[in-house]
This record gives sequence, structure tokens and C-alpha cells, in this order.
Amino acid sequence: MNRWALVILVALGALAFLPLAGPRDDVLNFVFLILLSITLAQSWNIVAGYAGQVNLGHAAFFGLGALLARVLWIHGLPIVAAMLAGAALATAFALVIGAPAFRLRGAYFAIGTLALGEILRTTVNNVLPEISTLPAATIAGYRLTQRYYLALALAAVSVVAVAALAGSRAGLGMQAIREDEEAAEASGVGALRLKLTALALSTALAGLAGGLFAYYHISYYPSHPFGPQWTFDALLMTYIGGVGTLHGPVLGAVLYVVLKEYLAVRWVDFHLLIFGALFIAIVLLLPGGLVQAQHVIIRTLARRRPR
Amino acid sequence: MSLLAQQLVLGVLIGGLYGLAAAGLSLVFGVMKVLDVAHGELIMLGGYAAFFAVALLGLDPFGSLALVIPLSLLLGVVLYLGLFGFVVRADEETRVKNSLLIGFGLALALHALAVRLWTADERSIVTPYGGSVLMVGDIAIPLVRLLSLLLAFLLIGGLHLLLARWRWGKAIRAASEDWQAALLTGIDVRRAYLLAFAIGTALAGAAGTLVSIAYSISPSIGLEWTLKALIVVVLAGLGSMLGTFVGGLVLGVAEAASAATFGGAYREVVGLVIFVLVLIARPKGLFGR
Repeated sequence: MNRWALVILVALGALAFLPLAGPRDDVLNFVFLILLSITLAQSWNIVAGYAGQVNLGHAAFFGLGALLARVLWIHGLPIVAAMLAGAALATAFALVIGAPAFRLRGAYFAIGTLALGEILRTTVNNVLPEISTLPAATIAGYRLTQRYYLALALAAVSVVAVAALAGSRAGLGMQAIREDEEAAEASGVGALRLKLTALALSTALAGLAGGLFAYYHISYYPSHPFGPQWTFDALLMTYIGGVGTLHGPVLGAVLYVVLKEYLAVRWVDFHLLIFGALFIAIVLLLPGGLVQAQHVIIRTLARRRPR
Repeated sequence: MSLLAQQLVLGVLIGGLYGLAAAGLSLVFGVMKVLDVAHGELIMLGGYAAFFAVALLGLDPFGSLALVIPLSLLLGVVLYLGLFGFVVRADEETRVKNSLLIGFGLALALHALAVRLWTADERSIVTPYGGSVLMVGDIAIPLVRLLSLLLAFLLIGGLHLLLARWRWGKAIRAASEDWQAALLTGIDVRRAYLLAFAIGTALAGAAGTLVSIAYSISPSIGLEWTLKALIVVVLAGLGSMLGTFVGGLVLGVAEAASAATFGGAYREVVGLVIFVLVLIARPKGLFGR
């Protein structure tokens, strides 16, 4: 467990007291969005940041988790069990497509998964074109704080999962693959097995996040969580914060949601212009994201200090 | 029967635009190993440029190409000097990956900008001869779509000649075969790259013009057209522009056939399934010559 994990968990722990202060609903909704985004970004970060595989079909797993969890929950299963079932479905699908998909390297994996995600979205949109709305009784019993605490727990789980992974033997193997797959294989790292492990863990978290989405929203089109914008959001948050780090995606998620909600008041979707440009700048100039910027600043300040 | 024939004919007509859309992507990827996933957004921009050239300047719809192509060339130069020129300094694998990410950021930004400037509404250029239909037996061929197909073919043929005969066309091909060898023979590889990228963007602009005449445009068509172009490039391979055009026709026909079989809702799926299967079957030889 590193220092950042502790800092983030303490911050999340402090947020547990927020509902006790009796805040307005919009405050709780706002923090909920941040927490969901942290989970989504962190889940994408596992496979892209640690194992180095840019998965552009991530929304498919978010969507699958939402799809199954919603159905089971509406039919009376407790939400946590329904979410776990959704995550299991997402992971099962990941393992089925994983082996053929990982025959693709680098950017080809990226465009291949993008196509897979779009296939799934179109299919779901065709099979389930009707909007999914909660039954009236469920709406009457809707409590925002329940959603809030579930989101808080899930964000904590995602942070703990990534922190545990980063220091583990498997995590180190994944990072070796990210840096140089051939060299990693030559040193005895089982690349395919570890990439599948990363994908399984990543999609399980994405599936859980999807379940949370299904629990939170009163009505939405079943194909909505399959939309590519969920992948793009996760990618932007992770890269802008710092891909392949524990605190980068958290920082990215907070910044992303804050700016998005702030701008949305006047200009819908305008945040994408800013984040698109910021993202390009980061890929070109600061591949480590804002986390790297912080290191650069600290180093510069340290150099200035008189000896 | 004639319904199926009708759909196949419409498939061929849109297939020509798929080919034109893919030609620019294929050129840029083949020459520079830069995978510009904002290609669809460049098509979208070309469509808007044509739309406003017709609406504000009163140009003839097809005549607007004379304005859109130079503008797109210029945009290509700007994008290369400002963004993609930095990517080609890296080794090939990093090039593909970074260009993908940059193209992706560019796509998001251009989409947001287009929504901001021109709203999310769908638009289409209204031509004076818009409703004209050519009847062959009981098959109706919309005139503007037929003209678009012909223009797409002419543009790709022109590009083919340019690459085959023109001095710099040969330089572009040399740089794509082996840039180090090209450099050693005294070819200015950087300039060949700049030209290839500018021409690729101009092709996107031309494709966008034809799309806005024969079909319709909106800020969100980018991803769809990028995927179409990627599918065609995977189908046709790199290196032959005429092959890319044929690949576009094949995709158009495959979509029409699948729409006729499974219903229109799945017409987007067939191309993507072909795409994934070809990718997985040829993971290394992908985009091969």
C-alpha cells in the first residue's frame, strides 16, 4: 500500500460523513458522479495504465454490467448481488473475447476493441430499443444516500484494488509487458495470462460501475451505458491525471467532473473541447499527465533551493 | 427481387464515398504510419465547409469542391505542422499509438467545436437537381448520388496518377516503402510526409463535400465515418488507391445485402464484424500490401 492509497482512502472516508451534514441533493449527486468516475477511470487504468493495452471498447463492459444488474435488481435481487452478477457477466465476456483480441498489438488492439464495443452497442440498441424505467414502487422508495454510500464503497474498492495490484508480482509483470512485451516474455513473464488477468480485473470493476449506474438512474435507454463516450471519459480522466499511477485517475476524475459540471451550466459538451485539447497537449508534452507535472514542479523548486 | 437490386445499387452508390473516405486515411497511414482517427471529423469539417460555401456564397454544390479542397489542404498543413509532425519523430510503434491518441483528442475537440458553432442539427445541401432520379428498368438511381460516385472515382483516379507520375508522388511512395532509404537517396522525407498528410486531409474534405450533397452531415458523424474508413482500409490493404475504391464498393454492397437480409438496423454491424474478423485473422499482416 503506498502513501497515495492512504491519502485517497482517508479523503473517501471523510466523504462518508457528508450525508450527515444534510446537504442539498445536488451536492450529493455531484459527489456521486465524481465517485462513479473514479471507479470507471481506475478500472480503465488497470488494463491501459498498468498492462499498457489501450482498450477502446471499455463501455461494452460498463454496459453489460448495467444491463444484467438492472434486470436482476428490478426482479427483486438485492442490488449488491445484482451488481456482482453484472460484473461476472462483463468479466466472462472479457475472457471470451480476450484471447482473440490480444492477438492484436498496440493500436490494433485499440481499434479492434472500439469496433467490438460498437457492435455490442448497436446490437443492444436494436434488441432493447425501449427505455428502461424503474417501477413506481421503487421510485417511491428511492434514497439518494444509499446510492451515494454504494458509490463511495465502490470507489474505495477500486483504489484498493489498483494499489494492491501495483505492488504485486502480477502488477509488476503487467508493467513489464507495458514497457516491452517481447522483453517481458523473454524474462519469463506470461504475457497473455497477465493481460487476461488485467482485463478480467478491469472489466469486473467496470461491470460493478455499470451496476451502480443502473441502480442510480431512474430511466435510461439500455444502450446508453454502451455508448463510446463512457470509454472516452475514462480515457481522458486517466490520461489527464496520469496513466499508470494510483492517484492520477482520481485527480483526473475530480478535475473532469468539476469542470464538466461547471461548464455544463452554460455550454453543454463544451468541456470536451477543453479536455480534447488538454489531452493532446498531454500526449505530446507531458505523457505522465498532471501527476508528472507535479514531479517536474517539485524538482524545479528543489533545484532552486540554495545549498 | 427488384427491391434487393435497388438496395444493392444504393449500396454501390454509397460505397464509392466509403472508398473516397478511406483513401485519405490509407494514404496517411501507409506513408507515415500515422493512424489519424480524427479522419471522420475532417470529413465532417469538409461537409460544413461545402454547406456554407453553397449557403452563403451561392456556389454550385459540386463546384464547392474547388473551394473545399484547397481549404482542406491548408488545414492538413496546419495539422501536420502543429500536431502530427511531432509524432513522426518517434519509432513506428510509438508513432501509431501516439497518433491514435492525438487523433482521438482532436476528434473530441472538433466535435465539441462543431456543436458549439453549428449546433447538433443534421444538415444537407439542397441541390437544384436534388430530386432527379434516373430510372433503369424499375430501379431508381438518384442523380446526385450517381454524380458523387463518379466524382469519387475521378478523385481517386487523379490521386492514383498523382502518386504514379508526379515527382513528389514518387517521393511519397518512396518514403512509404522505406523512409531511411528514401532519405539516403536525397528525398526530403519530411516534405513528403507533409504533402501526404495535406493530400489525405484534402481527400477527407472532398469526401465530406460529397457526403453533405448526397447524404447529410452533423457534428457527430465523425466516429461513424472513421470506422467506415478503417473497415475499408483493413479490407483493401495499403498501397493501391484503386483497390481502396473497390474496397469501399464492397463494403457498400455488403451493408446493403445485410440490410436486406437482417433489416436496416444491423447495417452498421456487418462492416464492423468483417473488420474484427479480418483483424483477428491477420493481426500482423494487417494493412499489409
